[in-house]
Amino acid sequence: MYESLLNFPGAFFGEFERLRRELDDVFGATSVPTSIRSVAPGTFPAINVGNTVESVDVYAFAPGIDATKVDVQIDRGILSISGERASALPDAKQAGHVYSRERLSGRFHRAISLPDDADASKVDASYRDGVLHVRVGRRAAPQPQRIAIQ
Amino acid sequence: MKDTNRTHDVATTGNARSTTVDERTMIPRVDVFEDDSGITLLADLPGVPKDGLELKVDGDTLLIEGSIATPTPQDLQSVYAEIRVPRYRRAFVLSRELDPAKIDANLRDGVLNLRIPKQEHAKPRRIEVRTG
Repeated sequence: MYESLLNFPGAFFGEFERLRRELDDVFGATSVPTSIRSVAPGTFPAINVGNTVESVDVYAFAPGIDATKVDVQIDRGILSISGERASALPDAKQAGHVYSRERLSGRFHRAISLPDDADASKVDASYRDGVLHVRVGRRAAPQPQRIAIQ
Repeated sequence: MKDTNRTHDVATTGNARSTTVDERTMIPRVDVFEDDSGITLLADLPGVPKDGLELKVDGDTLLIEGSIATPTPQDLQSVYAEIRVPRYRRAFVLSRELDPAKIDANLRDGVLNLRIPKQEHAKPRRIEVRTG
């Protein structure tokens, strides 16, 4: 079930990857090139991406948003998800104290490069329990083609 | 940090930072604010359905635990993951003037809304001054 999203083929090396990432967070060393669209850890919403034979599945962990106002676009192989989350905190004018203010409010935007065989005409998106699931179909693998020599 | 919090966050010092893989949990982000009649706590728990959420009050400790149960296709293979642990856990110490028996909880779209009212005697009241 959900575990499949979390199990990496090499879980052992995944631990090294996590360690490397944590060290990078501390020392700011970025020896390995990262995606041009990568963002800082903890950016809202967190995103998981998985593949099946016929689809690319993107899960955006975006709790408490109005799903009808989220903008999901695919443009030239880039899937972008943007929207806004209203602040739940009371106005400054109202009586009371705010102790923790950790949840994001305001506009958010994430972009993900889709694989080349993603088919932008076969997309569906759903929102459940605060998770936005965008399923992008894949084109059937092209058959090898024989080219006749003239 | 100034110790003004009425609900002390024990997530970072308690057993939430367990080292074994199975017990690793994420610390959900929260907003906590107070008014005259009680404290409101909002927690981001994306992917947690109603029956995956567990709220416990033990003495003066409030424990929030949730398991992510987002349905995924059988043959899904992960290629990139920022959420790597399917569990959230965070605990708070309630202070004495709060009434844990009357906590009201509501989970909607992955946001938990907890309302912890104050004990009746702890609510601010106006003291009439008699002229005599």
